[in-house]
Amino acid sequence: MKKIHFSEWGIDSPRYWGMLALLGAFVAVAGLSVLYMEHNGHWVTGMTNQIVWGMPHVFAIFLIVAASGALNVASIGTAFDKKVYKPLGRLSALLAITLLAGGLAVLVLDLGQPGRLLIAMTHYNFKSIFAWNIYLYMGFMAVVALYIWFMMDWRMNKYYKPVGILAFLWRIILTTGTGSIFGFIVARQGYDAAILAPMFVIMSFAYGLAVYILVLMFTFKVDGREIGDVVLRRLKNLLGVFAAAVFYFTLVYHLTNLYGTENHAYEAFILRDGGIYTLLFWGGWVFVGCLLPIGIVYHPALGKTRGGIIAAATAVILGGLATVYVIVIGGQAFPMAIFPGKTIVASGFFDGVNGQPFLYSPTLAETLLGIGGIALTLLLTFIAIRVLRFLPTSLANEVADPHYAKS
Amino acid sequence: MSKLEQEGRREFLKKAAAGTVVTLAPGVMLHSLSAEAAPRTEPVTGKVRWGMLIDANKCAEGCNDCVAACDKENGLNLVDMPEGADESLWERQRPRWIRQITLKDNLTGRLTSLPMMCQHCEEPPCADVCPTGASFRRADGIVMVDRHICIGCRYCMMACPYKARSFIHAEVAEKLTHTPRGKGCVESCNFCVHRLDNGQTTTACQDACKHQAIIFGDLNDPQSAVSQALKKYPSVAIRDDLKLNPGVRYSNI
Ligand code: SF4
Ligand code: SF4
Ligand code: SF4
Repeated sequence: MKKIHFSEWGIDSPRYWGMLALLGAFVAVAGLSVLYMEHNGHWVTGMTNQIVWGMPHVFAIFLIVAASGALNVASIGTAFDKKVYKPLGRLSALLAITLLAGGLAVLVLDLGQPGRLLIAMTHYNFKSIFAWNIYLYMGFMAVVALYIWFMMDWRMNKYYKPVGILAFLWRIILTTGTGSIFGFIVARQGYDAAILAPMFVIMSFAYGLAVYILVLMFTFKVDGREIGDVVLRRLKNLLGVFAAAVFYFTLVYHLTNLYGTENHAYEAFILRDGGIYTLLFWGGWVFVGCLLPIGIVYHPALGKTRGGIIAAATAVILGGLATVYVIVIGGQAFPMAIFPGKTIVASGFFDGVNGQPFLYSPTLAETLLGIGGIALTLLLTFIAIRVLRFLPTSLANEVADPHYAKS
Repeated sequence: MSKLEQEGRREFLKKAAAGTVVTLAPGVMLHSLSAEAAPRTEPVTGKVRWGMLIDANKCAEGCNDCVAACDKENGLNLVDMPEGADESLWERQRPRWIRQITLKDNLTGRLTSLPMMCQHCEEPPCADVCPTGASFRRADGIVMVDRHICIGCRYCMMACPYKARSFIHAEVAEKLTHTPRGKGCVESCNFCVHRLDNGQTTTACQDACKHQAIIFGDLNDPQSAVSQALKKYPSVAIRDDLKLNPGVRYSNI
């Protein structure tokens, strides 16, 4: 096996700065949106006292969930000793940090009082899973940063494996924690399901890997680095498995819900009568997010092309956003059963009169804030790979696979 | 310090100077009734548990008196629609602490009306999930928000099973000293806490209800009107299955 070399991202300066400028512009627009929303208050968003978490949360939760999943590639190399994945580890750990940073930035900037972040750091309610998550996120960044250092510094190489395992365990807890944010909301039909936490873990596998594949292919392509089929084939097969696992969990989630009578109304809402939520469920979550990528990945011809792999990864991401939208917004739009066995026929405060769902139409500003989170993630990633050695110089077949020449 | 915080602080000082109530820590209130009276320092104790019994039979469909009274008492009527806001969207964004709901029984078709506000849960999910501890339950059973440490994450609103809370979606120009209020924070019914801390024993909604549908008082005092009524009539807690032991009970739903 050839020794693997890493080097800084070497694309020519005008192109590099052009990319940074473009991403920077998206981040700046998001910043302006935040100023606008904070200056006026949340009335300029589509959020209300019924739909309290809107578009920013959809993006933030997607990014945070993807962050822990992006670390998987590194974990497979370290914790499970798979040689082919070893050179892929650095970028994987980097994306875990930048995705988390992008997601947290959106989450914080959507607070009613973002200026009080210091309070959030100093006043802790230890009963709150939300407060615990703040610790989990900070700790995750620290552990993964350490992990990157140990991967890069040969003197630290002997500690690299235990830190890798620690990072792997941490990420499982972190995603479970993120899933539990919903799991703790027992009052809402859509969230009161034990399966939500493991489903978030599986979703993180798929979304994180999809982001990883796209970033890897893009950074290599523009820099003229080679990725062989050995690496790509493994990554895309893994993506297929994860998309199938998300599909499986989706089935179990809704079938168990259908089993319990108290959830029938919620299920009818998501699966049949929910309008935009039903559409996003079948079209986005199930078709684009699961069936389409599975179809592409296992298609004898399409699955072998790079375009096919890019399409599959993109589908997983778009489907993932739809999934989070259905969970976050759809879960709120369905009126809570405050009075089981009774129908609310009039209310002075929008209680889902006659079972009507709550309305939500996101405004441009809140959507731009969410997109800004994605831009921030990419911006941080591109800066890091330019100044530090994250990318292997080549992932050609003979580099990646020690047995390739023989077979 | 942001402008808002300064404002909050100014108000806080003003309030302290005026001699009403100062929150020392969640659950501990410093009372000094007036500048003349000897200052009275006394923590809120668990000897009292404030609660309510609401008789749905007496609540008249379409009546709005308790809502209007609460709006006035707590300055909610001072929250104006921002210029340029969409009216129907703003209706869904403006704060409300109490509302009237009319229910139809799915089997019998019987209609009932009742007022609904924060149920002052003994095990409040809103306080459990709040990351900063801004949502808290006082020893006397009142659940409220310390608006100086609320970061506006709205997790409490996600967790409240009764949809009792409101987020302040816009700048509030005018507010009452005893009910500070700021853009970007969450609030809900606090059993008119400023009245109780000043030695009054009724809530504004109760006083306003001419049908006497609301009985308010100390659940721990067996002689109180609310305890007597609870003993006499069958009553239920809404969403009893969640085992939150709310301080607000209903009869004849
Ligand atoms: S009713 Fe809602 S806001 Fe009031 S104490 Fe219970 S959970 Fe908290
Ligand atoms: S919005 Fe305020 S009171 Fe509610 S959970 Fe967040 S910090 Fe606590
Ligand atoms: S007790 Fe006071 S704050 Fe609560 S609903 Fe009645 S009037 Fe409003």
